[in-house]
Amino acid sequence: MSAPSDNMPIPAPAIRSKPLVVRHLPYFIGAAILVALAASMRFDGYVHNILLQATTFSIAVFGLSVVLGLCGQINLAQAAFFGLGAYAVGIGTNDLHASFWLCLIGGCVISLLAGAFLGMSTLRLGGHYLAMVTISFQQIVTLVMINAIWLTHGPDGVSNIKRPDLFQSSQSYLAFCVAMLAIVGYLVWHLSDTKLGRAMRAVRDNELAAGVNGIDVFRTKIYAFALCALLGGLAGGLFAGGFAYVSPDQFSFAESIVFLTMSLLGGVASPIGSAIGTGLLILIPEWLRFLKSVPGLYLAIYGLFVILIIRFMPDGIWGFVADAFARWRAKSAPPPVAGALHLKPATVGGDIVLEVTGLSKHFGGLKAVDGVDIAVKRGGVHALIGPNGSGKTTTLNVLSGLYQATAGRIVLDGTDITNMPPHQRTASGLGRTFQNIRLFRSMTALENVEIGAERPGNTMVGKGDDALTERAMEALTFVGLGSRANELISSFSYGHQRLIEIARALASNPTLLLLDEPAAGLNSTEKLELHELLKRIAAQGLTILIIDHDMTLVSEAAQHITVLNFGRRIADGESLAVLRHPDVVSAYLGSE
Amino acid sequence: MDLALQLLFTGIGIGAVYALVALGFVLIFRATNVVNFAQGEFSMVAAYLMVVGIEAGLPYWAAFIAALLGMALLGAIFNLGVYYPLRHRTYLPVIIATIGASILLANSVLAIYGPQPQVLEGWFETPGIQVGPVYLDSQYLLIIGVTICLVIFNFWFFEKTLLGKKLQATSQDKEMASLLGISVSTMIMITFIYSAVLGGLAGILVAPVLFVSIQMGSTIALKAFAATIIGGFGDVAGAIIGGLALGVIETFGAAYISVPYKDGFAFLVLVAFLIFRPQGIFGERVAEKA
Repeated sequence: MSAPSDNMPIPAPAIRSKPLVVRHLPYFIGAAILVALAASMRFDGYVHNILLQATTFSIAVFGLSVVLGLCGQINLAQAAFFGLGAYAVGIGTNDLHASFWLCLIGGCVISLLAGAFLGMSTLRLGGHYLAMVTISFQQIVTLVMINAIWLTHGPDGVSNIKRPDLFQSSQSYLAFCVAMLAIVGYLVWHLSDTKLGRAMRAVRDNELAAGVNGIDVFRTKIYAFALCALLGGLAGGLFAGGFAYVSPDQFSFAESIVFLTMSLLGGVASPIGSAIGTGLLILIPEWLRFLKSVPGLYLAIYGLFVILIIRFMPDGIWGFVADAFARWRAKSAPPPVAGALHLKPATVGGDIVLEVTGLSKHFGGLKAVDGVDIAVKRGGVHALIGPNGSGKTTTLNVLSGLYQATAGRIVLDGTDITNMPPHQRTASGLGRTFQNIRLFRSMTALENVEIGAERPGNTMVGKGDDALTERAMEALTFVGLGSRANELISSFSYGHQRLIEIARALASNPTLLLLDEPAAGLNSTEKLELHELLKRIAAQGLTILIIDHDMTLVSEAAQHITVLNFGRRIADGESLAVLRHPDVVSAYLGSE
Repeated sequence: MDLALQLLFTGIGIGAVYALVALGFVLIFRATNVVNFAQGEFSMVAAYLMVVGIEAGLPYWAAFIAALLGMALLGAIFNLGVYYPLRHRTYLPVIIATIGASILLANSVLAIYGPQPQVLEGWFETPGIQVGPVYLDSQYLLIIGVTICLVIFNFWFFEKTLLGKKLQATSQDKEMASLLGISVSTMIMITFIYSAVLGGLAGILVAPVLFVSIQMGSTIALKAFAATIIGGFGDVAGAIIGGLALGVIETFGAAYISVPYKDGFAFLVLVAFLIFRPQGIFGERVAEKA
């Protein structure tokens, strides 16, 4: 994330007319007005407290919009991270007489580390684990706050918390918090258009596809989670300074649920939604104070709200509004015209691009792939065929790293990739598509392809977002969909989605392209188009390894064929000779 | 040594409760691929239903049956109101909805019944028997006995009856099961009802040992979930072994290390397992999927 001022000196490129800071100027002007209002208007104590609470809570909820909205991971301990920040400022300024700023930063660091640790221990596993582990963490933090009296003063809480000298008056402190809110809000809002933000959205939409497009899924999730924790800590520190008193019950599991409800109600995908949700859920209980007279009643209503929002308004209030707004507004400008796509596959190794030796993949007793050798020559199309259950797709999954090989060795262009995770194989020059299309559903075609173009080590993309967009447009134009670049994935036909997936792989300028049954589900016209596309790709010198059932496509497109049956290689060689091989004929047609 | 034996007995008793709730988790997870975060609240609600029944003057056994019937109804409502409308969505919305349901249940009971913990008498008049150095509390004996019976029942039900096999088929491959004429929605409904009753049973059994309180649900659920991870996620035997192990660890931890942090041990064991052996003692369920 670059600070806005960094973008100033870059000359305006052809694609984007104005530098970022100019396009976002209205935001900063609006924020400045809000800060000025907060600093100058006279509020009575009650209104002031509500504003302060809304401001600090919003920052914590921004954290949830990163982890839940952008990255699709759950965090049920945001109140605990909020509490860590609050107690850091409380204990630090009251007991240790340390500077507010030091304590605020300390609280942020503690939250960040706690979040990173929790994430590292859990995020490799499914989301259920994360949900439970965060609840457990929340309980532990509450236990410590109540029982570690020597440190936290126990249930009495910490009082007499200091503010920074600069913002002693409650008026100026509120203005300071609003300014922090504006800055954090801007960063979170802008985050989704950065490389990290795109990676988070890709992980949310489809983890497998994110991995094979060069995104380190695990690390991306940890970043999101740690960032969420950090914002929680920051918000807590500001909260403690504002109210001068903290106690354990302010940071309980119930409060985590309140944060979650705020985020869901407003719309989890955007910071604007977070702010709306936070504001509403702070104001509504104030209007309905009588609900608080019966213990439990208002939390019960929160619980009911959560169920209803999830069911009837999954994108929250802001999602609903933004959706209507987008429909009402005229269609966005047509995408820019792009140049021709250039593919320049790396050539480090020798004549063989992919050398697979003795590759095996066993599932328990089942030998899905058993000692297979494949040598893919540089340039041209190599096909891997075989009857159903012969181990083709398993082979492809082992090659792209979705499965770990039981035995054997995979060398791509001189690099041993046998033990690499998927994203590192992609960085080494592997591109692939999936039999059942795996695109990032919430994004446009262009954004999907941009993620492909963003693969680490892609030498065909210059610096900056504009170069990325240019490369992605070239790839989309190459497959014939350039004019529809800004449409969402859901508006494309099945055949076109397949082409977008190929464009996504091409934009990354791979050394070897793996195509998993690209003709499956295509009609005859689309198959012809696919065939043409393969020819044009091969003409640029990119090596293709294709799996398919369509014998016409395979025999016409491929120069070299490897045949698998029951996990073993039964034939290998020049196309026509292989297709006439008696073992191949009997594998497909059965022997007498 | 005597103390250790006594703690072992208590640990197994409390662990049996975790095992029962964990079993409910696993059954729902296998049928729907979703963790039901309101599983613990089933225990809490059942314990309150029991208290209400006794206060209304019902004999213990009648209150018990009424509470379990109430749980069956709650399981059905839960399925229809929370899980079923979201069944085609990804796991995240479903998880969030079950968390919402958990908050709703816990706080509704709080709003109706107030924050004061309630006391539920044990099933037996005799508090317990002394066997050598170990005092066997009758309620713990009951818990262990019921758990053993239920484990045997489960095995018989899922392996030997047609309904059990249909439930298994549904949990393994919904599409195929429906093609074979099994009503998937009915099977899922049965699973929710059964899990609610199991969770309720655990709550009623443990209520005389703990207090009947609003928090008991989330506390038990957390331990039970840790138990499923320790045992191996999605594995029935693993849930039971994990539950027992956790009960013992926690009891010893409370006796020898710290009482106030008793509820924290489950978390520490959980994190240790997540880092060093995420597949748990038995399971391979975390295995790769493509």
